[in-house]
Amino acid sequence: MIIKTQKVIPASEITDPHLFLQRRKVVKALLAAPLAYAGIHSGLAAGQTTPGNGLASHYQTDSTITPANLVKNYNNYYEFSLTKEQPASLAQSLRIDPWTIEITGEVEKPLRLDLDDLLKLQTVQEYVYRFRCVEAWSMVVPWLGFPLASLLKTAKPLSSAQFVKFTSIHQPEAMPLQANNTMLEWPYVEGLRIDEAFHPLTLLATGMYGERLSKQNGAPIRLVVPWKYGFKSIKAVVKIELLKKAPLTTWNKFAPHDYGFYANVNPAVPHPRWSQASERPLGSHFFTPRRKTELFNGYGEQVAALYRTMDLSHFF
Amino acid sequence: MLPKKLSPLDVCTAICLVPLLWLALDIFLDKLGANAIQALHIRLGDWSLRFLCLTLAVTPVQTLTQWRGLSDYRRLLGLYTFFYATLHLLAYLWLDHGLQWPIIAIDIWQSSYIWLGLAAYIIIFLLAITTPKRAKKRMGKSWKKLHRTIYYASILAIAHYFWQLKGNLADPMLYLLIILCLLGFRLLVWLKSRYLFGLMIPVKRNK
Repeated sequence: MIIKTQKVIPASEITDPHLFLQRRKVVKALLAAPLAYAGIHSGLAAGQTTPGNGLASHYQTDSTITPANLVKNYNNYYEFSLTKEQPASLAQSLRIDPWTIEITGEVEKPLRLDLDDLLKLQTVQEYVYRFRCVEAWSMVVPWLGFPLASLLKTAKPLSSAQFVKFTSIHQPEAMPLQANNTMLEWPYVEGLRIDEAFHPLTLLATGMYGERLSKQNGAPIRLVVPWKYGFKSIKAVVKIELLKKAPLTTWNKFAPHDYGFYANVNPAVPHPRWSQASERPLGSHFFTPRRKTELFNGYGEQVAALYRTMDLSHFF
Repeated sequence: MLPKKLSPLDVCTAICLVPLLWLALDIFLDKLGANAIQALHIRLGDWSLRFLCLTLAVTPVQTLTQWRGLSDYRRLLGLYTFFYATLHLLAYLWLDHGLQWPIIAIDIWQSSYIWLGLAAYIIIFLLAITTPKRAKKRMGKSWKKLHRTIYYASILAIAHYFWQLKGNLADPMLYLLIILCLLGFRLLVWLKSRYLFGLMIPVKRNK
């Protein structure tokens, strides 16, 4: 029998036990973050705030940062083109102003926010993350963004919220493959488990390399989940829904045996048709061997606990 | 100094090197894009497949036009298929993997699309080393048998192309169509000759 007390604690106030346990680790990571790369903020676009205290560069990676022009000219953005070179020009026709984001589903306070208003409530900082594509190439990108958790909290998620579904923009007049309805089912959909969504590494990014996000890289706002394959980091997000059940995500629906819901970077679990044991960093020189891919893309210390009880080759 | 007169075959030999020079120019001008190693690797793979198609096209052209003396060109194009396929393989082993054998071994073991490519390469390699006239003479009838395995190589090469993609299948589809036409032509010729041959066999009479 459940004894009800007078005092009602809203679901959103209850700290996720997992997050609570992790706080210590996060604080440690923050303290350990080197002051390097603080200089980039000088070029920040107006409207974005960032503290100038040097703590901005979280989770500095050991690799060198990929040159910006490579990151801006090598994009998987199938709404525009199936090539990696064309999105850089084609994406310029995307209309991103004004931009509204909706947060709905299992929340106490559904929100519909203009992006500018949303950003006023968030502290944009720089995060240098490794990015590993499922096609076995990788890069290191200095993102500007804020933890997804801090936005989700403003909508007060209910305890029934177990998953988060993200939906990309549907703008067929600018996106040729949406207009033709080819390749994938549009708009693009991705998803995370609630604890993954609340993990401090999970970002919503609005910029990179000290500037606003370029359109081909997912402007005006995209997800960044550094320990998962790149296709999880959905671009041009317009809708965030908190759900009781796992959403059906775009690539998973297209080829369920090839692309799992979790899509954690894992060198021990090959794609059915190719190895994931090594990767080619963008901008590396000829005759340089590939980089060995790390479990959880090198973020195991921060995220391995999320999957402690799971068979990673089954939940790939 | 150039020789006084270049034969058409010499000209053709030189033209077949243009893709390589073009590639060298793109390396020099840094025009291979963000993933230059992969771009170069793919370009070499594309050219081996194109030369494979050209090699397979010689016999149908000869049959349809009654143009004699094309077998030298077929040999040349076949050798260039081997040439570009070898560069494609070397690019994988050396340019991309820096000859790090343990990583290469894992990569090949876990990547089924590479098995298809390797199988195609082994066939093309065998055809290339049995190209000299001496080998042809020595092998007798089995030479022709062996060199017909180029049909399998073409199917394997196409499968190798399809099997590595995420879903953008338009390009390999084009090559598949070309290869199917070229192999289909041979099938038709074979069926026709079988039919004609059938007419020549006297029908058994009942006693």
